[in-house]
Amino acid sequence: MDRRTGGSVIERVIVISLLALLVATAWTVVRLRSLFATAMLTGIYSFLGASWMLLLDAPDVAFTEAAVGAGVSTVVMLVTLSLTTREEKPGRFRVFPLLVVLATGAALVYATLDMPAHGAPDAPAHLHVAPEYIADSVPTADGEIVAVGIDNVVTTVLASYRGYDTLGETAVIFTAGIGVMLLLRRRPKRGGTGR
Amino acid sequence: MKQQSILRVISKLLIPYILLFAFYVQFHGDYGPGGGFQAGVIFAAAFILYGLVFGLEPVRRAAPPEVLEKVAALGILLYAGVGIVAMLRGGNFLDYSALEHNKAHGQHHGIMLIEAGVGITVAAVMISIFQALAARRPER
Repeated sequence: MDRRTGGSVIERVIVISLLALLVATAWTVVRLRSLFATAMLTGIYSFLGASWMLLLDAPDVAFTEAAVGAGVSTVVMLVTLSLTTREEKPGRFRVFPLLVVLATGAALVYATLDMPAHGAPDAPAHLHVAPEYIADSVPTADGEIVAVGIDNVVTTVLASYRGYDTLGETAVIFTAGIGVMLLLRRRPKRGGTGR
Repeated sequence: MKQQSILRVISKLLIPYILLFAFYVQFHGDYGPGGGFQAGVIFAAAFILYGLVFGLEPVRRAAPPEVLEKVAALGILLYAGVGIVAMLRGGNFLDYSALEHNKAHGQHHGIMLIEAGVGITVAAVMISIFQALAARRPER
């Protein structure tokens, strides 16, 4: 939502309701002792987050959040719950962690005061390399050879300009998978009792 | 959940469309939102749904762990392989413009291949993680 042009009233109402729901979900997660309900609520939290990112015109990120946050990680948490207890042990209230969280939150809010308005065209992030990337992504009408020529600029940046980083990210996912397999996999076909 | 006939029927109806949607997200990522990572996760979600409703053994038959671990490596090898082919053709590592005479075509095909690599690795790793976790029993 563009603060400078105001956005539409409906959009503003939707954003505020989504953020209010996010706060309500987070508060419920903190209050609840049932881990099963908490796992489901974190899925709902991710889904609300994805809806909000969609309103911020970040469909690629919203997509990932909905698929990973609301989908796969909720399933992983539920599977983990089947291996442990379903109730959180009642802990006593401690002041120091609360102070740390409040101080961090206050620092983050203070940092946002300096930030340019969302979607402001003169924001530094939009003036550095972005114009070149956008110009390279739009194919010219007369079929002139352009640097990339892919319609989705996000794909252009991720796959081409930042191809090296994306290769590294894929390697990270692969490494995580190998780690989980090494730690958790049992080989039932080999017989015996080994895990 | 093996006795829940509604869940079984509905998930059997849904799974082919989830897989199809994953392919759409994979190959339409050049033009709209999406790409290899999202497509891989959605593809894996179909297998995870199958596993949740029908049990671990059927999903192990559909996607054997021995195959998954090799497929996961294949995806990242495909990605790095595109980079090396670009080097062999005189460009820099992962410079897709060097892949073909027409630079824009090289970029198109290079991005399609590396996105496929990302999708393959992500899908295989996600299904593997689900299988490895679901196979665990509580230690008493």
